[in-house]
Order: sequence, then C-alpha cells, then structure tokens
Amino acid sequence: MSSYEAAVAPAATPATPRPVKRSLSTRWISVITLFVLLATWWGVTAAGLIEPLFLPPPSAVLEKGWLLATKGYMDSTLWQHLSASLGRIGLGLGFAILTAVPVGIAIGYNRIARGIFDPLIEFYRPIPPLAYLPLIVIWCGIGELSKVLLIFLAIFAPIAIATATGVRTVDPAKIRAAQSLGATRWQLIRHVIVPSALPDILTGIRIGLGVGWSTLVAAELIAATSGLGFMVQSAAQFLVTDVVVLGILVIAIIAFAMEMGLRALQRKWVPWHGQVH
Amino acid sequence: MALLSLERISAQYPGAAEPVLSDISVNLGPQQLLVALGPSGSGKTSLLNLIAGFVEPSAGRITLDGAPVKGPSAERGVVFQDDVLLPWQDVLANVGFGLELAGIERKKREARAREMLSLVDLSGFEKRRVWELSGGQRQRVGLARALAADPRVLLMDEPFGALDAFTREQMQELLLQVCKRTDKPVFLITHDIEEAVFLATDLILLAPNPGRIVERLTLDFGQRYNAGESARSIKSDPRFIETREHVLERVFSQRGAAQRQERA
Repeated sequence: MSSYEAAVAPAATPATPRPVKRSLSTRWISVITLFVLLATWWGVTAAGLIEPLFLPPPSAVLEKGWLLATKGYMDSTLWQHLSASLGRIGLGLGFAILTAVPVGIAIGYNRIARGIFDPLIEFYRPIPPLAYLPLIVIWCGIGELSKVLLIFLAIFAPIAIATATGVRTVDPAKIRAAQSLGATRWQLIRHVIVPSALPDILTGIRIGLGVGWSTLVAAELIAATSGLGFMVQSAAQFLVTDVVVLGILVIAIIAFAMEMGLRALQRKWVPWHGQVH
Repeated sequence: MALLSLERISAQYPGAAEPVLSDISVNLGPQQLLVALGPSGSGKTSLLNLIAGFVEPSAGRITLDGAPVKGPSAERGVVFQDDVLLPWQDVLANVGFGLELAGIERKKREARAREMLSLVDLSGFEKRRVWELSGGQRQRVGLARALAADPRVLLMDEPFGALDAFTREQMQELLLQVCKRTDKPVFLITHDIEEAVFLATDLILLAPNPGRIVERLTLDFGQRYNAGESARSIKSDPRFIETREHVLERVFSQRGAAQRQERA
C-alpha cells in the first residue's frame, strides 16, 4: 500500500511524519460519525418514521433554538438558562478545586490527614447526589446555596482522590534528590510534589466536571426558575420535546467544549506527561 | 585530614535477620575519589543512602567536618542512577534548582548554572526540555545540578549504570576532568570493575551477607588520566589489567566462599 501512496504523492509522503497523518484521520472518523448520526436523525424524521412528539426533526429543534435565544422559555432566554447553569457549575467547580486539591495533597502526603479524610470521602462518594439532595434541602433550604453545594460535593471527591493518587505516586527518587539539594518540607510540596501530581489533578478535574454536569440536572430540581436542567425538566412535563432535545444538545456541546479546553490545558501545562523520562 | 568519616557503621532493616552492612569504617578526604565496588546485595546503595542521610545507621557514627550527619542536606550532593530531573523545568532551571531552594536570586543562580553546564560540556542546552535529552546528557545535567549547589562531598549512586558502553566511557572521563577542576571529594558506587579501577583513588571492595569491606586498594589510574595520558592507553596498560583481574578474582573468591557456606 505504501508504494502506491508514494506513487500518487511523491513529494508529500516523505516529509509528512506518520503520527500527524494518523491523528488527522482519527478526527475525520469522528466528524463523519457525527454527520452520519445527524443525517439519520434528519432521515427518520423527514420520512415520518417517528412522531415529532417523540423526536422532532433537526429543523424544528434549530427553529426552537432561535425562538429560545430571542424570546425565551419559562420567562428566561436560552442565554439566561445557560448562564444560570454555568454559574452554578463554575462556582461548584471553583470551590471544589480550591478545597479538594489541598485536601488531596494532605491525604497523599500525611498519614493523619489520610486517616481523617479518606473514609469520609469514600463514604459519601458512592451515594448518588439525588439520594442526599433532600437532606441538603432540609439543611440549606431551596436557594442557590443548595444547588451549588450539591454540585460542589459531586466534583470534590474525584478531584481529591485523583490528587491524592498523584501525590502518592510521586517518584521517591525525585523527592530524595530534592532533599539532598536542601529542600524543606514545604519546598518539597511546592517544587516537586504538586508539579508531579499536576497531570493527575487535571485528570481529576476533567472527571469532576463530567460528574458536575450530570449533577446539575439534579441540582436544578430544587425550586429552580432558570437553568438548562430546569428548562429540560419543565419542558418534559409539558411534552415540549424540541426544547428537551435542544437543552440536551446545548449541555452536550458546552461539556464537550470544556473537556476539549481542559485537554488543551493539560497539553500546555504538562507537556512531559506521557513522554519517556 | 578526613572530611567525611564513617566509624564502625552497621545498618539493619527492621525485621531483617541479617544486617545489610556490618562494621564499615572508611574516610574520605580532599581530592579523593572513593569507589565502593561490589556485587548486588553487598550493601553499596545502603552505604550511600546512609551517607546521604536517607536512612540512619543502627550502629556507628558518620561525621562530615567533625559534625554528625543527620538527614539529607545540601552539603552532601547526590547523583542518582536514574534520571531524577524535573520535567516541568528546562535544563538551566534544573541545574539551578538547588540554588533556588536556597533562596538565591535568579540572576546569580542562572550564572552559576551556566558555569556548571559548561563544566559538563552542555553549553547551549540551557533552554532544552529534559525529556529531549539523551541518557548521557541527563546524567550530565544531574551532575551539574549536584555541583551547582556546591556540596562538601559528591555522592554518586551507580551514575553511569544505565548508560551504553560508549557513553559510559565518555562519562568516566568527564567525571575525572570535573573532579580535577572542582576538587570535590567523591564517593561513587558501582558494580563495574573496570570503571571502579579506572576512577578510584581509593577502592573498597564489598562482599555480601552481611555487607562488609573485604579489600582496600589505593590506585592512581585516574590521576594518570588527569596528568594527560589517554584512557585507552591506561586501560590497556598491563598494570591496569593486572589490578582489574586481581579485583575480579577477589569478587569471585568471595562469592565462592559464600556459596560454600550456603551449601555447608
């Protein structure tokens, strides 16, 4: 096969490194998959195989999207729903990073901290957020605090656990090397342990963000008047399927964009990750 | 006068039946390159870890300039076998890392790091990422980093063990040049007999079960190299070969004795 390719494009082949070529084609496979899905959606709805009540055609969803963006749904425009949700996720994620990273470092580095936090995190982590949601409402009421708290709790555990794992798997030889260069305990944490654990911390944030989005819908069950989760739920109660589909698509696109952003950050901040060293 | 002094050191891991090191006494003075040679299990690495302060002896005393050694410190620089550089920093920052920890300002530490890089023949590599370097280059950066912190003694834990034969020879010669220029006393451990005989001004031969010194030699091959003789001419000198074979024989006779003991 390679001789055939070389004959077709004699100038380009030797200069192009193979990995680049391959990653491009992977991206193309993804793009094609997406288009096939969209085409199937359009096809089955245009042919009238599925009632619009169950699955509205893409054109109807787009139209509804325009309507939502300009006029709004349930007293709020799409942007207001979106910013309400993003605000909650952002606050939950921000507080989770600020607290879970230090806690994770403490768990990974200190025996006493591990004894305190490890059972607590492992105890609440497997519980679905919907299960402890009523308790949070009883304690914190139905305001924004409860919603953000629920998202925060869901994101906290994966970040703390990933950070602790990262800290515990720091190469002990690197620690000894820093010690024999005169590093104090805090210098060790700052200059060796945290940068070493950074790839794991970023992975934890990526996982946490995914969990955060799935908790968002649960959080917006609590007497919300705006938010993407609220929008989808109230639309579902009135069988407004196009708004439901639209809400799901918007959540998917935002979450996807954030994931891509985090991956780019990971490539930028930890370029050594995955390198032979 | 001895700078670093080990007096009747023994070491035992908790729960182990036999000590890893037993009754080791050795001194290291200025301009000395002390090599500990021994097969695996003879406690070489334990000995280095004791001097570096990573572990504590169960008996005996280690002193540096008369003061007892306690924990790791910048006075005893270590070059490790594996690459333990920080991948998130470039070469220059890695070499200056010890100075950064000591709170020395950026300009000063970069100047010092550049000086050390030129000492190990790596000028021009300042801005390179460490994962772009070859194994030999990384070990040079490791050596430059240890030297930049200006330790009283330099400890080297099989520093060339993971390198290919060609690079290893180059690194041995580089080490001798660096020793000559910096006057740092060096304690180096290795399982490579030719390396030990070539580098050492003082050689201790360790035998296992428990780790102990079975022979001490004073050698001058490294000094001859630094006086201008070529490495190949030294290594093919009958006296060098004779010394190497003598050491080899001692290692095997020890091993034979140990096996006889096991069989009995």
